[in-house]
Amino acid sequence: MQVPILKQGAYLIATVQSALTDEDLKQLRDTLVVSVSKVRARGVIVDVTALDVIDSFATRTLRDVAHMIRLRGAETVIVGIQPEVAFSMVKLGLSLEGIATSLDLEEGLAYLDRKGKGPGQEVGTHR
Amino acid sequence: MPIDCDADIVSARQKGRELASQCGFPTTDLAVIATAISELARNIVRYAVHGEVLVRLVEADGKRGIEVTASDDGPGIADITLALQDGYSTSGGLGLGLPGTRRLMDEFELLSDFGKGTKVTVRRWKR
Amino acid sequence: MANTQDFATLAEARLETTASRLRELVAHLRQQRAQLREEWARLITEAKLLTAMTKEEIFAEATSVYDNYVEALETGTYEALQAYARNLSERIIPRGVETHEVVGIVLLLRDVLARSLFAKYREDFNKLNRILDAYEPAANRIAGTVAVGFVQERERIIREQQEAIRELSTPVLQVRERLLILPIIGVIDPQRTRQLTEQLLRGIRTNRAKVVVLDITGVPYIDSPVANHLVQTVEAARLLGANVIVTGLSPEIAQTLVNIGVDLGKMNTVGDLQGGIEEAERLLGYKVVPMQEPTAAHVVG
Repeated sequence: MQVPILKQGAYLIATVQSALTDEDLKQLRDTLVVSVSKVRARGVIVDVTALDVIDSFATRTLRDVAHMIRLRGAETVIVGIQPEVAFSMVKLGLSLEGIATSLDLEEGLAYLDRKGKGPGQEVGTHR
Repeated sequence: MPIDCDADIVSARQKGRELASQCGFPTTDLAVIATAISELARNIVRYAVHGEVLVRLVEADGKRGIEVTASDDGPGIADITLALQDGYSTSGGLGLGLPGTRRLMDEFELLSDFGKGTKVTVRRWKR
Repeated sequence: MANTQDFATLAEARLETTASRLRELVAHLRQQRAQLREEWARLITEAKLLTAMTKEEIFAEATSVYDNYVEALETGTYEALQAYARNLSERIIPRGVETHEVVGIVLLLRDVLARSLFAKYREDFNKLNRILDAYEPAANRIAGTVAVGFVQERERIIREQQEAIRELSTPVLQVRERLLILPIIGVIDPQRTRQLTEQLLRGIRTNRAKVVVLDITGVPYIDSPVANHLVQTVEAARLLGANVIVTGLSPEIAQTLVNIGVDLGKMNTVGDLQGGIEEAERLLGYKVVPMQEPTAAHVVG
């Protein structure tokens, strides 16, 4: 299952559309890390609204994506985590420490816009 | 359900979720159960290569619940106490699979015969 | 072999006689309906049962119960009676009728009917005994059915009320755009914690909240499992993209949180609700300033 990646302005938007296997996740990670510098993106949004499970592997991959992209000079926001998914993640012992999360695509874009304007408020990130 | 590859992890958790949903579990619990199945199935793929996951409805003391059994004839676990510790992993993972699954579910049983295989049984009761 | 057959015939004969006795009994109760029903209603009033109801109401219900009772005796099936008992309970529970009253009236009816049987068969003691043999088990079963029906209905109502109270006990209030307040009052048990988590996380999604102030001034204490759950809820809210500010921690709760070794970097706590709302507004980028006095121009204009 391929995850479509869209370029919008200075941002890349990856919208997950159905359950992903570990292989799909790795592929998503690799594609994002390569594309981010190819298109000189300043920010990456991964929309996971469609995921009904985010287990330890998915969390680790998302975390890796965020860290690798930061090393390549851009910001990552994970958007659309469902309430019950968030709760299961926390129960399992997972967190996305240090990684920005937003309610949905709109909020994620707003977050990146604020980030771009220098130090602003960081609602939703870890203090 | 036989577990041999990545894609089986996804289909096992989807089937488990369906069964739990038919049994009338609330949405929060569905995510919890699906996540637990995902972790157990991944352990099979990662450590034992193949095995199986059995999901069934159970009843005890007037309570109804769901039981997940993940069994394989892989290498087994050398040190169970260690394997149940947060952050311990022999495969480079997050080391949250077993301890996390234990936190997600109400009951957790682990049987492992070093060199012969592993069987994990977890249950979650409906409230 | 012959013996077994004898037993079978005997059992059959006994069954038949029980049936025929019940038939006789039912005929008697039908015939005496007006009188017995009145007697029963009188005893109910005398025993000060069903005081929440008027005399007419008692008489009307007595009539229905009586007829259902006789029918159950006649048919040996209790479904109709059960349904009636449930329906009756539904009507009288809101008026404050208690369990002992319902049990009391059913037992009174049993007494009234038994006495009328004594009166009818007092000449023939053996027959009276046989009739009572048929009557008593059925009567006890009826009394049980009605009492259990009442208690079940009561329990159902209590469960419903508990559910309603629980929902009311965790209100999710939107104070301004993107800002929710959850004032929690009273003891948080595991059941309530689960509900709190669900309501908070759903509230964030439906209200598109960015900051949530969780005020626990009204919570006297929490145990470590609940404290852990609370911390997890705050974490989960963060994953949805919202910040949770916890306000009003009592010294006892602060102690519990320290004991479970909560990561304070993950919990944003502010002393009181007012401070929490101010912090929330700051996070949201609001600045609250006092309104200015009306200017001279306004006064003149």
